[in-house]
Amino acid sequence: MELHPRVPAGPIEQKWEKHLFDMKLVNPANKRKFTIIVVGSGLAGGSGAATLAELGYNVKCFCFQDSPRRAHSIAAQGGINAAKNYQNDGDSVYRLFYDTVKGGDFRSREANVYRLAQLSVNIIDQCVAQGVPFAREYGGLLANRSFGGAQVSRTFYARGQTGQQLLLGAYQALERQIGKGSVRMYPRTEMLDLVVIDGIARGIVTRNLITGAIESHAADAVVLGTGGYGNVFYLSTNAKGSNATAIWRAYKRGAAFANPCYTQIHPTCIPKSGEYQSKLTLMSESLRNDGRVWVPLAKGDKRPPGQIPDAERDYYLERMYPSFGNLAPRDIASRAAKRVCDEGRGVGPTGLGVYLDFASAIKRLGVEAIRERYGNLFEMYQRITDENPYLVPMRIYPAVHYTMGGLWVDYNLMSTIPGLHVVGEANFSDHGANRLGASALMQGLADGYFIVSNTIADYLASQKFSPVDATHPAFREAEAQVASRTKRFLSIRGTRTVDSFHRELGNIMWEYCGMSRNEEGLRTALRLIPELREEFWRDVNVPGSADTLNQALEKAGRVADFLELAELICLDALERRESCGGHFREEYQTPDGEALRDDEHFAYVAAWEYAGDGRPPILNKEPLDFEYVHLAQRSYK
Amino acid sequence: MNFTLRVWRQPGPATPGKMVEYNATEISPEASFLEMMDVVNEQLTLRGEEPIAFDHDCREGICGSCAMMIDGMAHGPNKGTATCQLHMRSFADGATIFVEPWRVRAFPVVKDLCVDRSALDRIISAGGFITATTGGARDANEILVPKVAQELAMDAAACIGCGACAAACPNGSASLFTAAKVAHLGELPQGQPERFRRVIAMVAQHDAEGFGGCTLHGECQIACPKEISIDTISRMSRDYMTATAASREEKAAGGTG
Repeated sequence: MELHPRVPAGPIEQKWEKHLFDMKLVNPANKRKFTIIVVGSGLAGGSGAATLAELGYNVKCFCFQDSPRRAHSIAAQGGINAAKNYQNDGDSVYRLFYDTVKGGDFRSREANVYRLAQLSVNIIDQCVAQGVPFAREYGGLLANRSFGGAQVSRTFYARGQTGQQLLLGAYQALERQIGKGSVRMYPRTEMLDLVVIDGIARGIVTRNLITGAIESHAADAVVLGTGGYGNVFYLSTNAKGSNATAIWRAYKRGAAFANPCYTQIHPTCIPKSGEYQSKLTLMSESLRNDGRVWVPLAKGDKRPPGQIPDAERDYYLERMYPSFGNLAPRDIASRAAKRVCDEGRGVGPTGLGVYLDFASAIKRLGVEAIRERYGNLFEMYQRITDENPYLVPMRIYPAVHYTMGGLWVDYNLMSTIPGLHVVGEANFSDHGANRLGASALMQGLADGYFIVSNTIADYLASQKFSPVDATHPAFREAEAQVASRTKRFLSIRGTRTVDSFHRELGNIMWEYCGMSRNEEGLRTALRLIPELREEFWRDVNVPGSADTLNQALEKAGRVADFLELAELICLDALERRESCGGHFREEYQTPDGEALRDDEHFAYVAAWEYAGDGRPPILNKEPLDFEYVHLAQRSYK
Repeated sequence: MNFTLRVWRQPGPATPGKMVEYNATEISPEASFLEMMDVVNEQLTLRGEEPIAFDHDCREGICGSCAMMIDGMAHGPNKGTATCQLHMRSFADGATIFVEPWRVRAFPVVKDLCVDRSALDRIISAGGFITATTGGARDANEILVPKVAQELAMDAAACIGCGACAAACPNGSASLFTAAKVAHLGELPQGQPERFRRVIAMVAQHDAEGFGGCTLHGECQIACPKEISIDTISRMSRDYMTATAASREEKAAGGTG
């Protein structure tokens, strides 16, 4: 396949504005003749669906949760970046652009990132207008905090619930449109296939999770905002329902999957406590503003933290990265934690943990100031661990958090299937090989409120549409496939639960394709995953029936897709013989253990093309040119 | 730890349900309530029985999916805690635990512990928003928001839409849910233009959904996992009274041109 990034010509500062003018428009009277399907109701999908409906399109929005307000964007804690420079500390659109490209370890598309930085300022304006209660100073102006990977204070926040407040803003805008009848909402409905007719996306096939009914929905364009695939690792900070099924089905219908191996391991999560563990909880990165990360200097030092004097502690981030200190970017902070634990200096019952200590901040600012900044996070920590972080340091360990990879999209956020647009974490576009903190919310909202709402018009106005409805044979065929797959899950009646397969897959992925990877391990994973998949299809036990709410059946479908996607992730990790961002190959590191990129051979986006069952996927490459940001080894020292 | 569970099982909305007893054995005190339910469901599956359906997603107390009446208390015994954040160390070893769905007329049971809470979405849809079409916003710092107003708005905006308030209320009223949104938007300068329309529309929808009226019983604020104060309801009532008076004035003013 040929990849056309469709980046407009001209200076980077003017590309988006010029593109807005060059794109075709759909006149207001014609907009209502177009039906657009939006799958997912999080920051990207929800804001996109609301905005498209405001513009006059006929929108159908789908989510698997019981309400669009429950999309996993709701759980984002720390904040959202914007180049407002309200703090007069030297920030600018260019600096946010630069930080994001560098933070992504030079594996993102410059033009997309620049546009993201430009739109960041509009997002804050939009959200404030909707009533998002961002933190304020006493004078009534907006407050900011700093975040990892940046030396300016540009993060806007609503306590530790920024994602919740931004999502509720989008959700309320969406509900307004639902009330007006311009969006038809389908909660508890899961997309199980994409329908492509004459080479363009024309609709989806869904399963009603309450009645089990398999239904077809035809449209003129489809937008996927279905989030990331971190749950391929079983344990992650994602919600239990977060899944890759929509993007995986689209991949199998011809959408290229880009950079699947770029997964982000977040450094500050609560460590695992037992085998029954169902998910990991993130402690916002914002805690690293005031918390100091340390482990004992000596191996196997089992004294309680309060009894270890300062001189016998290793504040390793401050030591290794003096200019960024505890605010080193996520990939770097995670690997450093792994390194000190591998050295035998980890803390807690499992030895897989490091301290995040607020004692000096409490001494400096007082306990009330800390409570005001992080009160709800401290409560959450205490509730889970039964330890009081005001008195003893938190214990944290890295966990899978975000996936930078996703469906390949061009500058218009359109995938390799015309008419299929992909927004938010589901696409690969802006974060390169590592996402900086507080930029996921920014990207989701930029994609939904401002980008896809404009670029989709250009597609609709340029395309000749033959009339298609849900009775078209392509829909019938996709429905039949979905129904037979569902039947197959229920007919196996094996001896293992879906969760047991998912947990085993997660262990394989964490062991061989987690924080650091090597050729031998990846080859092992590539042998183990197909074996596990074969066993799944032979021995899984999915109880119940297809015509009612059946959560085991829902999970089975998602895990079956993870079992395929996992293989692609490992293959991509194997092929990328360099280290960059979240992808750390042990064979490629500098003498002091930092990621060693190979720009000569790997400065490209790996866009994988499905070639049919049992056949190896085809690797397509989109070369990345850096005209504005100077390629350099990332240094936070 | 070991527990005896008595769980509400109901195959579907139209089929009668009943309490069924299960044993939860060798549960870690560090496990969350939902992880304990996972363990029970794994065992049920392996025995060839249908697992217990329950709503859950983020498992960190923010998405509002989980909703269990535990020993007669919405979200269980701990204050300010959603079911997913409740840990088994909060229970005595050997305890018998009753687990039921929300029991509210406006939340019909879907299956077992899952209920249909779309009524809450319709209340928001009726008026729980600020009309701010994408693209028209002015610079964020042009709107000054006093810190106190922002804090009060945020306290109310913390609502996760779980429905515990209605489940805990003897009248089955979702007033706390409705009032929280009225307070969140009504505290902010951006929310003023629609303040009175909003409260009238939301209260009307609340009543139309079949939720009961508020008699300031106060169970809701005890059950609320985000500890939203019942003061928001007084605030909503004040706005509602002003709104009913003000809407007449609006008409009169319109008439005089």
